[in-house]
Amino acid sequence: MRRQHPLTIVVSYLTLLFLYLPLFGVAVFSVNDARRGLVWKGFTLKWYVKLFQNEWILEAAVNTLVLALVSTLIATVIGTLLAIAMDRFPWRPEASSVLDLILHIPVVIPDIILAAALVVTFGLLRMISTIFEPGLLNMIISHITFQIAFVTLVVRSRLVAIGRDVEEAARDLFASNWYLFRRIMLPLLMPGIVAGAMLAFTLSLDDFVISFFTAGPQSQTLPLYIFAAVRRGVTPQIHALSTLVMLATVGLVIMMERMTRRQEKKEEPDVPSAQIDTHGISGQPWPMTPNPCKEL
Amino acid sequence: MVVDMNQNPNQAADKGLDLRHVSKMFETVKVLDDVSLNVMPGEFFTLLGPSGCGKTTLLRIIAGLEMADAGQVFLGGTEITHLPAIKRHVNTVFQSYALFPHLTIYENVAFGLRARKFPAAEIKKRVEQRLEMLDLSRMARRRPHQLSGGQKQRVALARALVNEPDVLLLDEPMSALDARLRAQVQDDLRRLQRELGRTFILVTHDQAEAMVCSHRVAVMQEGRVVQCGTPEEVYDNPRDSFVAQFLGAANLIPATRVPGGVDTAFGFLALEKEPPWQTGAVAIRPEWIGIGDKQPAVNGIRARVKEIVYRGTNYDLWVEPGPLRVRTSSYRRIDPGRDVWLELSPEELVVLENETA
Amino acid sequence: MKTKPPDSILIWFGELTTRRHLLKRGMLLLMPGMLWLMLFLVLPGLVLVLVSVITRGAYGQLEWVLTLENYRRLAGFSLFGWTADYLMILWRSAVVAFVTTLVSVLLSYPLCFFIAGRPQRTRYLWLTLVIIPFWTNMVIRTYAWFLILSPQMPIARLAAYLGIIAQGAPLYPNAFAVYLGMVSIFLPFVTLPLYASVERLDWSLVEAAKDLYASPVSVFTQAILPQTMPGLSVGIILTFVPAMGVFVVPDLLGGAKYMLVGNLIQQQFGPSRDWPFGAAISMGLMVLTLLGIMVYRRRGKDLETV
Repeated sequence: MRRQHPLTIVVSYLTLLFLYLPLFGVAVFSVNDARRGLVWKGFTLKWYVKLFQNEWILEAAVNTLVLALVSTLIATVIGTLLAIAMDRFPWRPEASSVLDLILHIPVVIPDIILAAALVVTFGLLRMISTIFEPGLLNMIISHITFQIAFVTLVVRSRLVAIGRDVEEAARDLFASNWYLFRRIMLPLLMPGIVAGAMLAFTLSLDDFVISFFTAGPQSQTLPLYIFAAVRRGVTPQIHALSTLVMLATVGLVIMMERMTRRQEKKEEPDVPSAQIDTHGISGQPWPMTPNPCKEL
Repeated sequence: MVVDMNQNPNQAADKGLDLRHVSKMFETVKVLDDVSLNVMPGEFFTLLGPSGCGKTTLLRIIAGLEMADAGQVFLGGTEITHLPAIKRHVNTVFQSYALFPHLTIYENVAFGLRARKFPAAEIKKRVEQRLEMLDLSRMARRRPHQLSGGQKQRVALARALVNEPDVLLLDEPMSALDARLRAQVQDDLRRLQRELGRTFILVTHDQAEAMVCSHRVAVMQEGRVVQCGTPEEVYDNPRDSFVAQFLGAANLIPATRVPGGVDTAFGFLALEKEPPWQTGAVAIRPEWIGIGDKQPAVNGIRARVKEIVYRGTNYDLWVEPGPLRVRTSSYRRIDPGRDVWLELSPEELVVLENETA
Repeated sequence: MKTKPPDSILIWFGELTTRRHLLKRGMLLLMPGMLWLMLFLVLPGLVLVLVSVITRGAYGQLEWVLTLENYRRLAGFSLFGWTADYLMILWRSAVVAFVTTLVSVLLSYPLCFFIAGRPQRTRYLWLTLVIIPFWTNMVIRTYAWFLILSPQMPIARLAAYLGIIAQGAPLYPNAFAVYLGMVSIFLPFVTLPLYASVERLDWSLVEAAKDLYASPVSVFTQAILPQTMPGLSVGIILTFVPAMGVFVVPDLLGGAKYMLVGNLIQQQFGPSRDWPFGAAISMGLMVLTLLGIMVYRRRGKDLETV
């Protein structure tokens, strides 16, 4: 291992500390037996218990999950179809790059602009039908919109990684369209689809800005709840809620990491052929014959 | 679905491949220019050439993975030009092997049979037989990423062969292997083909590979077949400087036709056969040049050894005038500075027929 | 550019088919996504532009009268003369985003080198440590600073001792708190893409530079920077752009006095109920963002040709 400059090491540790200090603070004070203030008064889990008795919080939690699940499901399906359509068909390059550009918009612009645009659009759509009141439907639609971009990007990169060879090999081996799709494309694509879905799911759970703009009174999500509560005044209950959310995040991250590592292992590059096959085709050790050409 | 349960394994040996006037363009580049070839049934045929000469494209056209702009492909007398790949009795070993990463070795090899809905018992029998034949039985339950390069290649071979194709296509299958393994695999491949008696078509840029394995070689350059014949024919009688130099070391001597032979920078050289051109070139391989102390009767050149390179199996001498490369056996070390007589015997001088200045 | 007739037969990924058939199938797969994006991405964008040039009615409703008033207001011209207020906010947002990105980059490099220097097996553990805050909700990560900056904590006490703030006051809301919050949130946005490049660094180039007596600064700019450019670029874009539009951080940690563009926009769609003005500001932010990206791209190209 390269010898590392002590300054690098110190700065790195400090940086990590900087990242985690606030979060530790929240976790620590979520088990502090004190209603307010920062004096340690003993360990308690009562704030966590209170969470489960709080109707608003439970409702927000349910909303958050429903929103994430529904939007992820739809966005994954649409995004996957879109990725396949973009990568595996001979479009004209101009058409292809326009679509590519559109897809990158949600990724590149500040999400507040997207939120504003959606709010305004829903406002106008409300004139056509009242289902576009601020609420869960608007939120689901908005989430799907930015999720599609991410799912498509992930699935596309998986498609590129799969490459052409495998499909051509399958055709060479007499596979029909349906057989090819079912036995080769879908299984190979699945890790990408799952990765895209997990990404979309996490983005939805985490989303604040877009939810904030499109939410209605009955469709609070956890991030919205926390924001509103914090503005009124920080309580240990909020700390407890936040700590739970953080733990859930950690769980999700670890799960995602596990999956990518397992996938990477499967596709490790060649074992170097330094281990020579000393057994030729017939299974016997190779005789040292000079000038094998003469056998022609 | 194509089901050929009753195909006699020996039938394959009766089907030859016929390419007539095949051309293909990519964008503005003419990748294949009016290529016509005839591959005999049961033959090991090699398409040899540098990268970009169109050999892989030709192979893919035979496989059904590319479409020719013009020309026809015949297999055993039947035209297959417009047949899709899934209907052709032709299988390919890809350069990257293209093994299905999510399937076991067994499932990989069984793929083509399963796709054609063979009965399970038949599949089991055939697959196990192939795995056994290629020494892969131990690996049947493993996944491709667990195998070494050489093993993967054998799987790709098994996967193709289990379908008893009329022609087996191999696209530079050894380029991913290291040198030592490559030599071994070349021998294995040759033996395999001789044993099976099935038509193999190999694409490679490695001339040693072509020589070791093939019954016949077609040398390609820039979309054209420039010479076709057995390895001996192509090596001993190249038709132009490209073929001469691609197949091995060759001394190229520009020449002008005169009665009885040619006029060169070394003076008059007698030839067995009159060249068809007025000015062109003749060639002689380093190992065909005689070297000694006495002036030879015909085509002798007085020369001085400038440099000597030891290659284990032989010495390479660089002599002036020329410079000419002469190859002697490792028993005869001739030091630089010595004057010698070279014999460019008329039997050994090759007239490069297609080489006009 | 010669286009092939739709009926031409071709072989695509090994399948023999016609161009027309292929594109028909492609369209089927493309339709759902395309329609959705048209309806809920492109259309809203156009609507936003449209709304930015109409008027706000007396009760906050939309009146379909075309006007450039919103943009004029943004530029500072109103009934009461010219104020630089809104432009200041835009400028401040750009500065905050820029500084946040800069500091994040400066802290990310050592962190990336550190992680890359860890033994192979533990590297992903360290990376996970960076990934966890990355995915943690922004609201939580922001308000968590309330604790660190509260009056009883050392930092606030130090600031009070130095007379910067009043005794017993928390070290927020103010600009400093906003910067703290911003950097702590956006740091992983730079670290993670940058790490992808740092991991692939060819250290032999660095050693070659040192071998040729280059100063540490030179070693960095000549051997390290060019190689890490791809990851760095992604990190910078992923940080600068969202940082321009963020409103949670300035809202919680900056208070009413330290407004950024995000707050301003949020206000128009919330209490002030002035959608046209909000749309206009959004457009302004969009322009600023695009400018930022373009400037960065151009400087990046200059650096590459050096």
